[in-house]
Amino acid sequence: MSLAVLLNDYTLQNVVMGALLLGAISGVLGSFAVLRKQSLLGDALSHAALPGVCLGFIIAGSREMGSIMAGALGSGAGAALMVLLLTRYSRLKTDAALGIVLSTSFALGVVLLTFIQSMNNASQGGLDSFLFGQAAATLRSDLVVMAAVTALALTLVALLWKEFKLVCFDPGFARALGMPVLLLEVILTVMIALAVVVGLQMVGVVLMAAMVIAPAVAARQWSPRLEVMVPLSAAFGMAAGVCGALVSTLGRGLATGPLIIISVSVFVIASLMLAPRRGLLWEAVSRLRRRLRHQQLLTTLHRLALAHGDSHFRSEQGLLDGYHGTHTRSAMKRLAQRGLVARHERYWMLTDAGHEEAANILARMEGRVT
Amino acid sequence: MLASLLGNPAVMIMTVGALVGIAATLVGTFLVLRGTSMLSDAISHSIVFGIVIVWLLTHQQSGPVQIVGAALTGILTVFLTELLVNSKRVKQDAAIGLVFPLLFSIGVLLLNLYAGNVHIDTHTVLLGEIGFVWLDTVTLGGYEVPQSLLSMGAMTLLNALFVGLLFKELKLATFDAALARALGFAPGVLFYALLLLTSGTAVAAFDAVGAVLFVAFVIVIPSTAYLLTDRLALMLAIGVAVSIASSICGYGLAVRLDVSIGGMMAAMTGVFLLLAFLFGPRYGLVAQARERRRQRHLNESRNLAVHLYNHEGEPEQGEENVARALREHLLWSHERSRRAILQALDAGHIQRQGELLQLTATGREVAREILEPGRR
Repeated sequence: MSLAVLLNDYTLQNVVMGALLLGAISGVLGSFAVLRKQSLLGDALSHAALPGVCLGFIIAGSREMGSIMAGALGSGAGAALMVLLLTRYSRLKTDAALGIVLSTSFALGVVLLTFIQSMNNASQGGLDSFLFGQAAATLRSDLVVMAAVTALALTLVALLWKEFKLVCFDPGFARALGMPVLLLEVILTVMIALAVVVGLQMVGVVLMAAMVIAPAVAARQWSPRLEVMVPLSAAFGMAAGVCGALVSTLGRGLATGPLIIISVSVFVIASLMLAPRRGLLWEAVSRLRRRLRHQQLLTTLHRLALAHGDSHFRSEQGLLDGYHGTHTRSAMKRLAQRGLVARHERYWMLTDAGHEEAANILARMEGRVT
Repeated sequence: MLASLLGNPAVMIMTVGALVGIAATLVGTFLVLRGTSMLSDAISHSIVFGIVIVWLLTHQQSGPVQIVGAALTGILTVFLTELLVNSKRVKQDAAIGLVFPLLFSIGVLLLNLYAGNVHIDTHTVLLGEIGFVWLDTVTLGGYEVPQSLLSMGAMTLLNALFVGLLFKELKLATFDAALARALGFAPGVLFYALLLLTSGTAVAAFDAVGAVLFVAFVIVIPSTAYLLTDRLALMLAIGVAVSIASSICGYGLAVRLDVSIGGMMAAMTGVFLLLAFLFGPRYGLVAQARERRRQRHLNESRNLAVHLYNHEGEPEQGEENVARALREHLLWSHERSRRAILQALDAGHIQRQGELLQLTATGREVAREILEPGRR
């Protein structure tokens, strides 16, 4: 299949658009959820969508996207409310409340699902696909509903950007300013249910949790600023969505949800490794560089002392800075902590241990050269 | 007798359901108390990966190898989660939500790719087939015993042994990990053992209830018990009772409505939780509301005593210490002042002298205790 044919393929167009919408909404809303340490709420809400999907189906009598989404949103909101009630009015902790709501509403969904199957309704086909998602089954009309939901959520985030930001980072201060913190938190939670609703068709209810969490975690590695993190998270979500959905559409028989989750996990792993400053590889490299700097300083001091024939030779701070072409103060302090150098006002001298270490380094370097 | 029981599908299904609940409760109780119950959600999802891998390697669908192999995946999940948390890049809850979907996804894809002829399809992964447990039997001592009954029975026994033998240690490690460490126990090792058993139970229960419904048995049943009691041993006992009740009610309802048996059993645990949440003897909403009302009434009668005491013997006594003043000066409703006066009369705090409300010695003592506490 040539690229042009591929781009004109009806199914493929739908899939790509659906994946883009899903990535955008879950990336943006997931950022707020992860920052508010509510990652697992997404897990609970996505499982809780299942009874709503079934109820929507029973009421509408067919696999009509609008009523199914409304049902999912309703049961998601109900689940969020139940978590709140259980944590506030019983002695159960948040994790137990989440687990309870997740598992019992999923059980209810399973019961309803089998109830629908026993009704022997001809139009039930494809209801199972909401478990793991089936991107190829996306219709244009589904896309319109998904786009409307996404647009609504993104507009709300844009309008209430400052408020949401404050609620995420300093709810106490937001309350002191007289903001309706509880209302804002409720809006954020309900919007996660919206993201779940958009993801139903693409990822399915079981794996939607990762779609809320993973793009945000990946984006968080690259920037500490919300203004950067949110768009980046949306970009990761969209890229992963398109990758997974494409593979699923091309290779028939593979569920979309797992493929999207694997792609987004690749983004997370790459970000954890490579992100500037926070990345694990980056950290390893900078540790190496710091060690090199320390070695350079030690050998410089050692050589100076040798050249002057005075093992207690004192080198001035400015001289060291000039010699290495950079600020060396903090590195010297760290060496002093290790007991390798001693300080006399603006002058530094090697201790005996320092001379020994420097001699070792030089010996090793020569050994390697020859 | 035994043969007819073993041959009876309904009895077998209910027994397996109850055993899933009991085995899950034994480990779940400690997870819920430690506040790490969502780990069981992660474990039960990611064992799908382990089950598929073990099947691909050994072509064994059940048995000890399957249970141990897949249970190790559960431990892998916990290990990876802790690795992420320890890298300080990801918070605990997000880390859980990152690891298990990935393992679960890989498991489901492998199923998609290779499992055309296995009994586990993606549908069973989620829901299990407890309705068919009696079909898959092995011969044991001349009897046809369902495979699930055997593995669930073994896991229940193992969990019961673990909890029974290490009850004191588990109790200490759960409620005071620091003290347990100081006393030389290893709460970390104990916790990992607990998680290993949780994974093993999840694998054994997998055929019956699938990956997600298992979570209901691990979290919801112990939470129900937790709402009903403060004692650990009692909590375990209540958990066992709720498991059996959920299994029987769930089966009955499911057969009547012709819906998923496993799903109905799990949903029943939710019903029991809701009942405990509403009507629990001490922590239930109704009991709490009643307690609040009792407190309010107590406050009213104490308030009345103080009011009367303040104006006792003063010139305006005739105006203040009458029923009317409660409405006009304290702004109490007619209903409220009537209730307070009746209560105080019943308790012997006051007596009537015409219109005047007169404190008795007891009532004066009550007021004095509030106004000048500690003066005896």
